Amino acid sequence: MPLETEFPQDYEKRDFDVVGSRAVRPDGVDKVTGRARFGADAVAPGMLHGKILRSPHAHAKIVKIDASKAEALDGVKAVVTRDDFPIHEPAAEDRFLRDILVNVMAREKALYDGHAVAAVAATDPRVAARALKLIEVEYEVLPHVVDEDLAMAPDAPVLHDDLGHEYGGGKPSNVAGTVEIGHGDVEAGFAAADVIVERSFKTGAAHQGYIEPHACLANIGADGRGELWCCTQGHFMVRDTVTQLLGMEVSNLRVTPSEIGGGFGGKTTVFIEPVAVALSRKAGKPVKIVMSRDEVFRATGPTASASLTVKIGAKKDGTITAADAVLKYQGGAFPGSPVDMGAMAAFACYELENVRAVGYDVVTNRPKQAAYRAPGAPMAAFAVESVVTEVADEIGMDPIDFRLKNAARDGSKSSYGPTYTEIGLVETLEAAKATEHYNSPLGPDQGRGVASGFWFNFGGQTAVSLNVNVDGTIALSLGTPDIGGSRASMCAMAAEELGVAYEDVYAVIADTASLGFNDVTDGSRVTFASGLATIQAARQAKQRMCERAAKIWGIPADAVKWEGGAAHPSGPNAGDHKPMTLKDIAAMAGETGGPIAGHHEISAEGAGPSFATHIVDAQIDRETGRIDVVRYTVVQDAGKAVNPAYVEGQFQGGAAQGIGWALNEEYIYNDKGQLENPGFLDYRVPVASDLPMIETVIVEKPNPGHPYGVRGVGETSIVPPMGAIANAVSAAARVRATEIPMSPPRMLKLLRDSEQAAQAAE
Amino acid sequence: MVQVTLWGSLRDYTGGENMLQVEGETLFQILQNLGRDHPKLKPLLEKGVTISLDGQIYRQNLMQSVKPDSEVFILPKMQGG
Repeated sequence: MPLETEFPQDYEKRDFDVVGSRAVRPDGVDKVTGRARFGADAVAPGMLHGKILRSPHAHAKIVKIDASKAEALDGVKAVVTRDDFPIHEPAAEDRFLRDILVNVMAREKALYDGHAVAAVAATDPRVAARALKLIEVEYEVLPHVVDEDLAMAPDAPVLHDDLGHEYGGGKPSNVAGTVEIGHGDVEAGFAAADVIVERSFKTGAAHQGYIEPHACLANIGADGRGELWCCTQGHFMVRDTVTQLLGMEVSNLRVTPSEIGGGFGGKTTVFIEPVAVALSRKAGKPVKIVMSRDEVFRATGPTASASLTVKIGAKKDGTITAADAVLKYQGGAFPGSPVDMGAMAAFACYELENVRAVGYDVVTNRPKQAAYRAPGAPMAAFAVESVVTEVADEIGMDPIDFRLKNAARDGSKSSYGPTYTEIGLVETLEAAKATEHYNSPLGPDQGRGVASGFWFNFGGQTAVSLNVNVDGTIALSLGTPDIGGSRASMCAMAAEELGVAYEDVYAVIADTASLGFNDVTDGSRVTFASGLATIQAARQAKQRMCERAAKIWGIPADAVKWEGGAAHPSGPNAGDHKPMTLKDIAAMAGETGGPIAGHHEISAEGAGPSFATHIVDAQIDRETGRIDVVRYTVVQDAGKAVNPAYVEGQFQGGAAQGIGWALNEEYIYNDKGQLENPGFLDYRVPVASDLPMIETVIVEKPNPGHPYGVRGVGETSIVPPMGAIANAVSAAARVRATEIPMSPPRMLKLLRDSEQAAQAAE
Repeated sequence: MVQVTLWGSLRDYTGGENMLQVEGETLFQILQNLGRDHPKLKPLLEKGVTISLDGQIYRQNLMQSVKPDSEVFILPKMQGG
C-alpha cells in the first residue's frame, strides 16, 4: 500500500542535473581553515569553567557529600550535587528520563567508574580542578560486575532493587528485560537439517570514537531563560531533555548546535549539558564545560558488549531450515541496551521459514551505553555471519552463493516479521561476486571473508525552511545537525528542484527557536527525511514563484509552470510572455507580495531498509597474532546516491570503524571495575596507516518511498565488517575466531590452543 | 477487524497470543484499542513501539489508514545511531 502523505512521496524515475554529482560540501572550507566553530569554541563574557567530580568506584553507596571547602575556595561560584537535581514530574513519570537524570548526576549510588557525583563552576579551569579535590565524598564500596554473563549469574551483585524481578524469580536481578523475535517452528527446522552449526561468541564494548569531546556553554539569566551552545546530534532533543530534567519551560531554553566533530550515535543523548545549565542557573553566569578524553571514555556511552550464541541448520543443497540466536547485551548501569534491535536485525538478511532470536537486556557497572551506528546490529551480524559462512563451508558452497540462495528479496517475509517491499540485498551480493576483488588470488597467510548486513533506516520529525533571497540565491534552514555531509545533499536536492546552481544554495543548521521540532540526526534518516522536507519546501517555493509570475503577467496561476529554473506561461490561454527566472522573480518579491519562501514539516516515514555485502582479505602473522586487513570492498545499496563522494565516505567510515571494533577496540577493566584504557593511546582506533584503501561499489535500487529513490546509508556499513573480518581471519588462521576484538594476544592464544589441540589429536 | 502480530515476548501480556484481531481504521486507533483490550500491554504501548504496516516501518506517523487485509506488526521501539 502506498504511503499516505500530504504530497507525492513515491519514487519517480527521472534524469538529474545536480543530484548524483560530486559537489564539494559547503562546510568544507570552514573545516579545513579552522573557521568552523565546534563545541569548545564558544565563549561568553564573564564565562565560568565547569568541571565534574567522578566516582573512582565501579559500585558504591554515596553516604555523604561535603562541598563546603570547595564552595569556600576563592574563585568558585557554584557547586552542584544530587541535591541540585530534584526529580521533576516528567522524570518521576518516565523511567527512561529518570535514568538520564541519574546518569547525569549520581544519587544514592555511584554505578560505574566515572559516574558524576558533583560539579564546580569557577573563574578559572585550574581553580575548578582544585575545588574538585576539596569535595569530600564518603563512599561505601559495593561488589561490582562488568561482564554480561557474570551479571546474569544468580549470585551477581545487583545494581537496582527495582529491576529484573521477572528474570530473578521475584527478586531483583540485572536482567532489565527480554525480547523474542521470530516465527515458524525452529525445532522442526533443525530436525530437517543435514548440517547444523552452533557457536558462542563475545564482543567487546566499542566507543564511537568521535574526535571531538563533548563540550557546551550554558548561559541562564536571573529570569530563568537562557541559551545553550553544544555539540550534539540533536539540539531539539537537548532542549527538551534538559528542560524536562531541570523543571524549565521548553521555550525558556534556546539551543544552538555547534559544528560536530563526529557523533556516530554517541551524541544522541545528554551528559554534561544539564550540569552546565544547573551550574549557570546557580552561579548566574555563563558556564562552559569541556570533557577531557578520559571523561569521554569513562562517562559517555560506548555501545554494548555482548555474549551471543547462534545455531543454524541447512540442507545439503544450501537451504537454511532453521536459525536460532540467544543475545545477551550489557548496556551499562541502566536498562536500554540495543538488544531489541540486535534480535530484529540478526537474521534480517535471510528468508527463513523457522527463525528465533531471544535477547536479554543486562545492566552492569559500566557507563550507560549510547547508540553507535546501527545500534545492536553489528554484534548480532558478527555472530550470525560467522555461522552462515561456517555452514556454507560445511556443505561446500561458495559463501556468496549460499547467501544468495537464502537471501531476503522483494516480497520476502523478514525474520522480524514484516514483508519486505523493494530491497537490494541480492543486488549487493551479485555485485560483490562480480568484483575483481572477490575473484583475485590470495597471498600466503591470507584469508578472505564475506558478510552481509542490514539496517532498518528511519524517517522522523523534520522541519525545513527555504528562503529565496533578493538576488536569487537560496537560504536553506535545517534542523538536523550535519554529521556526514548532509548540508551538501540538501543543497543538491534544493538546487535540483528549483533548477538553480548548487552553489546558489546555502544551508545552515538553525537553532531551536528558529524551526519546528526536528528529531536527532540518527537512524540514517537525514538525507531521506530532511531531504523529503527540503524537496517539498522547494516545491512550495516554486509554486509561490509561479503565482508571482502569474500576477505580473495577469494570467491565472495554473497557467504557469516551472521549468529549468524559470516560470513559463503554459497552456492555450496563458498568452505570450518571456519566461521569468528565479532571479527575476526574487528581485520583484517586495512588489509582488513580499518575501518568497517554502517550508515543510513532516513526520517522515517510508525510509526503506538498506543492505550491504563486504569482502575482506586479512593476513595473519602466526608468530605475533597480528592481523592486517590487506584489502576491503564495501558493496551497499544507497537507493540513489545524492552525492556519491559522501556516500562512499559513509561506506568507508563504517568499514574503518568496523575494522577497529573487530581488531583492537575494547574497554579493559581492572579487578576493581575501573577502566584501564581511557585514552586513544591504549584504546586504539585504526589510523590511516592501519588501513588499505577501502574500495566501494554503490548499488542503486530505488527506495519506493522517496521521490528520488534515496535510502539512508550511514549505518548499514558498520553491520557486516566484524563478521566479514572474522571470516577472513578464521580462514587465514585456519581456526574459528569467536571473540572480538581479535587483538594480537587473543589471536596468539587462539593459534596456540588450536596447535596444541591438533597435536593432542595426532 | 485487522490482524495484528505482536513481537514474541509480548505474548506474556496477552494471555499467550501473538496474533490478535483488533478494531481500528488507523494505526493510532489500533494502538488505542489494543491497549483497551489488553490492559497489561497498555504501559508498553505508551512507552513506545514501532509499527510495520504493509512492510513500511512507522515510528511516529500513526494516522496511516489500515485496511482489513493490511499486514500489521507491533515491534520494539527502534533507535538509530
